[in-house]
Amino acid sequence: MDKIKFATIWLAGCSGCHMSFLDLDEFLIDLADLVDVVYSPVGCDLKDYPEGVDVCLVEGAVANEDNLELIYQVRRRTQTLIAFGDCAVTANVPAMRNMLREGAKPVLERGYLELADENPHLPHAPGIVPELLDRVLPVHEVVPIDIFMPGCPPSADRIRATLEPLLQGQQPAMVGRDMIKFG
Amino acid sequence: MNLTELLDVAAAEKARQRPIKVHCCTSTGCRSANATAVMGNLQQAVENENLSDQVEVIGVGCMGFCGRGPLVQIDPQDDLYEEVTPEDAPSIIEALNGGSAKSIKGDAQHPFFARQMKIVRQHSGKVDPERIESYIALGGYQSLFKVLYEMEPVDVVGEIQQSGLRGRGGGGYPTGLKWATVAKMPGNQKYVICNGDEGDPGAFMDRSVLESDPHLVLEGMAIAGYAIGANHGYIYVRAEYPLAIKRLQKAIQQAKKYGLLGSQVFDSPFDFKVDIRIGAGAFVCGEETALIQSIEGGRGNPVPRPPYPAEKGLYGCPTLINNVETFANITSIIREGADWYASIGTENSKGTKVFALTGKIRNNGLIEVPMGITLREIVEDMGGGVPDGEVKAVQTGGPSGGCIPASMLDTPVDYDSLRAIGSMMGSGGMVVMDHTTSMVEIAQFYMEFCRGETCGKCVPCRTGTVQLYALLTKLLKRQATAADLEKLEALCLMVRDTSLCGLGQSAPNPVLSTLKYFRQEYDDLLVQPAYLNGTSSAAEAVTL
Amino acid sequence: MAVKTLKIDDIDVAIEAGATLLQAAQEAGVPIPKLCAMKGISSIGACRLCLVEVEGINKLLPACVTEVAEGMVVHTQTPKLQEYRRMTVELIFAEGNHVCSICVANGNCELQDVAIEVGMDHSRFTYRFPDRGVDLSHPSFGIDHNRCILCTRCVRVCDEVEGAHVWDVANRGAACYIVSGLNQPWGEVSACTSCGKCVDACPTGAIFRKGETTGEKQRDRDKFAFLSTAREKREWTR
Repeated sequence: MDKIKFATIWLAGCSGCHMSFLDLDEFLIDLADLVDVVYSPVGCDLKDYPEGVDVCLVEGAVANEDNLELIYQVRRRTQTLIAFGDCAVTANVPAMRNMLREGAKPVLERGYLELADENPHLPHAPGIVPELLDRVLPVHEVVPIDIFMPGCPPSADRIRATLEPLLQGQQPAMVGRDMIKFG
Repeated sequence: MNLTELLDVAAAEKARQRPIKVHCCTSTGCRSANATAVMGNLQQAVENENLSDQVEVIGVGCMGFCGRGPLVQIDPQDDLYEEVTPEDAPSIIEALNGGSAKSIKGDAQHPFFARQMKIVRQHSGKVDPERIESYIALGGYQSLFKVLYEMEPVDVVGEIQQSGLRGRGGGGYPTGLKWATVAKMPGNQKYVICNGDEGDPGAFMDRSVLESDPHLVLEGMAIAGYAIGANHGYIYVRAEYPLAIKRLQKAIQQAKKYGLLGSQVFDSPFDFKVDIRIGAGAFVCGEETALIQSIEGGRGNPVPRPPYPAEKGLYGCPTLINNVETFANITSIIREGADWYASIGTENSKGTKVFALTGKIRNNGLIEVPMGITLREIVEDMGGGVPDGEVKAVQTGGPSGGCIPASMLDTPVDYDSLRAIGSMMGSGGMVVMDHTTSMVEIAQFYMEFCRGETCGKCVPCRTGTVQLYALLTKLLKRQATAADLEKLEALCLMVRDTSLCGLGQSAPNPVLSTLKYFRQEYDDLLVQPAYLNGTSSAAEAVTL
Repeated sequence: MAVKTLKIDDIDVAIEAGATLLQAAQEAGVPIPKLCAMKGISSIGACRLCLVEVEGINKLLPACVTEVAEGMVVHTQTPKLQEYRRMTVELIFAEGNHVCSICVANGNCELQDVAIEVGMDHSRFTYRFPDRGVDLSHPSFGIDHNRCILCTRCVRVCDEVEGAHVWDVANRGAACYIVSGLNQPWGEVSACTSCGKCVDACPTGAIFRKGETTGEKQRDRDKFAFLSTAREKREWTR
């Protein structure tokens, strides 16, 4: 039997969910026997998201054009997409700029002009630095999601309890405090 | 005041009246078209023509044909003039003296008038709403005398029950049963409340009744007070109806002066005092429990029922709360008898109903029709149909009602038939739409209304209406997918089933009924999800 | 005292007349989610989470304000109720800015608990990200309107138990907010006795003690039921 093609991606998030994933400790070794890591910021060095991925963990919210392009591609090429952590599920902290209502402008100005120590200027490099979207969105508002795994970050136990059934071809039961508590 | 004195007032008023009566509408609709100046010029012309002995100009309430106002009608010849300007007004009087009138002559026999049956609006356009004598001359307050001296309270309740009258505010609860419930409640203090917080977009039936014939409502309330054992009534009128409030104030003062309201009505042991309470502009205060909170001085929030107001209403006392139009039916039922009333209408919907006929229709205005008349008769015969094109749908019941497609125009207008096809009688708004109207936009319009008018107490109504509005907006911006439409439907059912009061429970109706009859218009707006066609246009989220 | 017997989710319950379905369910050990109801203050039936189905009645009834009746057959967990409850919680989450990860009530929040109870793993409704403001003018407490779910427990506890009526609801619909005094900053409301009952009553992290950390966040909600019985029945110990 072919190994399960496994990927993780990191959109607008703090990478805390990926750190929690690394907290899986020795289960990572078991996991490595069962899956091929075909794309991941922490697990492999491939630059292009391949076709025919079985399972992908999506950390982070959709905040810029790069995120959007990647998640569209990931959705088209992936069987089971898991919203991984509160940023992916609710847009969480990255989305707090949505309260400011005027798109990305207020945060950019605050960060690059008002708080600049020297040489204040707004970043603008088309094709190199992706433009921010007007609103930061949870992933399921952009593409359909198969499994939601909340948590900021989800604990290693929760990640394991979600992945283990999937690796055996079963659906994880996302119920109860251990599995779906936010925060 | 006793009956002889009442009849004396009527006789004196009749003796005072001139043989030719020029009725000039002074209700809000015609007023906005300069009717006050028209009336002034008519009076001046009577003097100029030296006709003061034979002609009197009377400022009256609504004649119904509001789309063609200002209206002037002359009795006994029954001449009708439409769109009268202050400049042309004198020529109408000159015509009585052999001259020729420059104003447009209307057809008083037009089906718009001829097909009507007037009970609630029996005096509208004839009686001077600012003079109680004018009302008394038409037989006013005789029904009140009759119940006080010839009937026991229980017989009055029985008469109303037998008449088959149902609440005209929209719900259609049997009026007699409500009266009987309050009458049988223990307690020394009870209240009567008249709900005049009409607020449906396009509806102005109650305003017209209050402006045109305030005593008819007051007399109905007093009869109710006697029947259920209440000595105090409140009329709750929205602040947006200043003329109705002014006329009600005047009417209450005049009735008190004659001893027809206040202490010892008609020299009997029955006391009945009426106070006006002015609403502060919240649609939800038309909901009875919110209205009671508002009268008590609280925030206009609905409270869960039971207990119903009949059991525990104003200040915790048993309270009868009926709509303006319901009270306006009472004097006629007492005068003509329950059997007469029950002979009008259909098996389960008796009497008449006033509708405000508006939208894409030739003849705009107020009509009173017997229950059981078909929508087609109203829209095509009386309303004259759509000016250019054909009827697409008729909306009844305002933000709580639904859109009825043209194919169902032969549905009879009664409580049960309208409910069966997903709409409701409502308070009487009737908006006609033609092919230029997008049904999704209509649904969005009503949802915007509900979103702005929800009190915010319960979660589904406060926040569900916002989400429903956002989903409809997303559809109209052509950003919604089939999944969004599914979500829209599911949320409609949830808001309908879980909201605390009628506002939220009925808020999804305009969406549900247009989905039922015009689903194609929704489907036509759907798009594919963006990720499927590979476009990377930034997801433009609908701002809430 | 009259007693009524009824059946809740196939469990027979006997309870005194005048009790509510919510009390009866608690007696029977049947959990019904709720947010606006709290022991010791009046019930208003606003959050709609405690809606139940009663056989023979075609409307859903709020358990917190529905009195028990003899022979009632009540269902609290039908698929329809479960779906509606989850939607209700999703609507609440989408309405405010409930960012659990940065909230002082994380792990000690009734809204969070209810979300788990109804199985909400995400909100199908678009988050609205309102900008609602924070009032830190009171020396000891603060109110973050972004975390408020408008349950009005604070309004009722301040009015009914403390008797100060510092809080009320202003505006309507989506613009509703909890208002202090005559729309003054909380710290300037002289009626406030700084008793902290609203802090204890708040189901979320909207009303909090300044300087309190997530680990210290504790509430004494039983206090209200105790106070109410104490005053009514003169039982001053607990």
